[in-house]
Amino acid sequence: MNRITHRFQELRRAGRKALIPYITAGDPRPELTVPMLHALVAAGADIIELGVPFSDPMADGPVIQKACERALAQGTTPRRVLELVREFRQIDAQTPLVLMGYLNPIERMGHAAFVAAARDAGVDGVLTVDLPPEEAAEPIELMNAAGIAPIFLVAPTSSVERIRRTAQLARGYLYYVSLKGVTGSAALNVAEVAEKLATIRACTDLPLGVGFGIKDPPTAAAVARIADAVVVGSALVARMHELADDPERMRREVAAQIAAMRQAMDQASMPTAFAG
Amino acid sequence: MKAALRNPVDFSQFPDANGHFERYGGRFVAETLMEALHELNEAWRDCRGDPEFLAELDADLAHYVGRPSPLYYAERWSRQLGGARIYLKREDLNHTGAHKINNTVGQALLAKRMGKTRLIAETGAGQHGVASATVAARLGMECVVYMGAEDIQRQALNVYRMRLLGATVQPVTSGSRTLKDALNEALRDWVANVDDTFYMIGTVAGPHPYPLMVREFQAVIGREAREQMLTEYNALPDALVACVGGGSNAIGLFHPFLNDDTVAIYGVEAAGSGIDTGRHAATLCAGQPGVLHGNRTYLLDDEHGQITETHSVSAGLDYPGVGPEHAWLKDIGRAQYVAITDDEALQGFHDLTRAEGIIPALESSHALAYVTKLAPTMRPDQSIVVNLSGRGDKDIYTVAALEGIQL
Repeated sequence: MNRITHRFQELRRAGRKALIPYITAGDPRPELTVPMLHALVAAGADIIELGVPFSDPMADGPVIQKACERALAQGTTPRRVLELVREFRQIDAQTPLVLMGYLNPIERMGHAAFVAAARDAGVDGVLTVDLPPEEAAEPIELMNAAGIAPIFLVAPTSSVERIRRTAQLARGYLYYVSLKGVTGSAALNVAEVAEKLATIRACTDLPLGVGFGIKDPPTAAAVARIADAVVVGSALVARMHELADDPERMRREVAAQIAAMRQAMDQASMPTAFAG
Repeated sequence: MKAALRNPVDFSQFPDANGHFERYGGRFVAETLMEALHELNEAWRDCRGDPEFLAELDADLAHYVGRPSPLYYAERWSRQLGGARIYLKREDLNHTGAHKINNTVGQALLAKRMGKTRLIAETGAGQHGVASATVAARLGMECVVYMGAEDIQRQALNVYRMRLLGATVQPVTSGSRTLKDALNEALRDWVANVDDTFYMIGTVAGPHPYPLMVREFQAVIGREAREQMLTEYNALPDALVACVGGGSNAIGLFHPFLNDDTVAIYGVEAAGSGIDTGRHAATLCAGQPGVLHGNRTYLLDDEHGQITETHSVSAGLDYPGVGPEHAWLKDIGRAQYVAITDDEALQGFHDLTRAEGIIPALESSHALAYVTKLAPTMRPDQSIVVNLSGRGDKDIYTVAALEGIQL
């Protein structure tokens, strides 16, 4: 079974929600990426989204754009990202890893070559931001054959019909973009998200992750009450950038951010019976 | 037995309903934009067949833009080159001095129909930005133009024009700080403000329906030119020449002639310092297929799929992608794409200025420079229509600086 599906089953049995940190591979430096991934897992990450840097990340806000620029300046090619995944897998065989990036670097490598290399490195899912399901027939087929989950976005503007079609093709989880905007935008509106998630749940049994605009433990906790997974990216990437000159402290503090979210989420999803 | 001839392509049938020109085009954007593109596509489909919308568009093109633009026989220049007769399609005489206004007038009318109150646009040289700010002023709409910080330095005159017209010029400091980054930033704005905002893309690139919609707004150039050739000179031209950055002026001229087999078609890209130097913007001549800015097309990228920086003396051609229809026309061989260096374009700029008393834009000068090569290979009873897509007033500082003259 795909590690992502397995992980969601474990969490469901334990009554917990998934915490999914995102970092850009190679930012601030490629040699810091794998230690950071292990630190995230130790702090309570259930799944990790690893960004594949691209020169023109049009769905990302300034924080992740700059992270891409730094990573590219350090020579972080898609093949280098896959080497980092392989290195991570030498120590961690359990934590699901999802690559998140844009289509052109994959096309340049070729879909078949990319999927084969990703499978060999130990990748569990691929989210290609600018590849909507209607253009994705070939990559979906290749990924399914390789046991890699094609992960797709659902937006506040997505119609019920689109959500249904997307959910049929998606594996692993659906990633709900919580607001109209790019990554790292202002805080999301939990009530609006809850309403949309109810609509999406009526269309699919896939776990639902929510991302964009989750910056702090209270928001993570609020989202954990209504979703199956909480994705946090820009808040971590921004902190990593601030502390890039002190890798030890960077790992410690970013891990602490994750630990605080983990704690807030676990408290939020505890059975209410204990409260009285 | 002879092999059956392949049925000729009916070019009016492309793109398909999802914006594909065979393998090119399409819609490659984040999910956050998909519904906005569907909404735009439906609004556009309603309008393109609506006599009232078309009448309003025609009236604006006639009275505001100044269409039809003349087809001018460049007699003296033709004689100097000693070959084909050369006709200039005078898009430089349009309001705001270039073909860009044909598209912004159309998109602004559509925006008004859709009830949008805010227009956003990207710009490289500033011509599309000026054309956007112009129609926004006329309709009393808010206008934000995204422009690379690098280009803002290079095109101070157009920045000031946009500000005079009431637009906000938003400097873009990400990436290479040029046109491609301005496009990224405009897309980000659109995602965040999709309810009240209309994104006016300035060329035949971007996700479907933009390549189709912009083509249809610009095809007035080719429709007029075709009719002018037939009524004034009784014949179709033997060749068409236009410069290609994103490719909107070129598609505008080419499209109405695509089904005319006898008309040869040449798109002229910017070879910058020379294709072999790596400092160029000749996407079709030197690039390969990939995905950028919402469509599959030729683009300039490195071996890892990262988009590379381009160079051209002309900011309007300085773009690492190209409209997907051009990519398709290249592959099926209906159009040929060639490249002209900065130096050759500058020579073309001077040639036309001295021969005909018309100062062309540096973008158009690439097409003119190719005409100086093509015309002498043709007979005097043959003819070339070249798209004079813009006037050169905006470029005189650039030209002067290159020649060491301080104005």
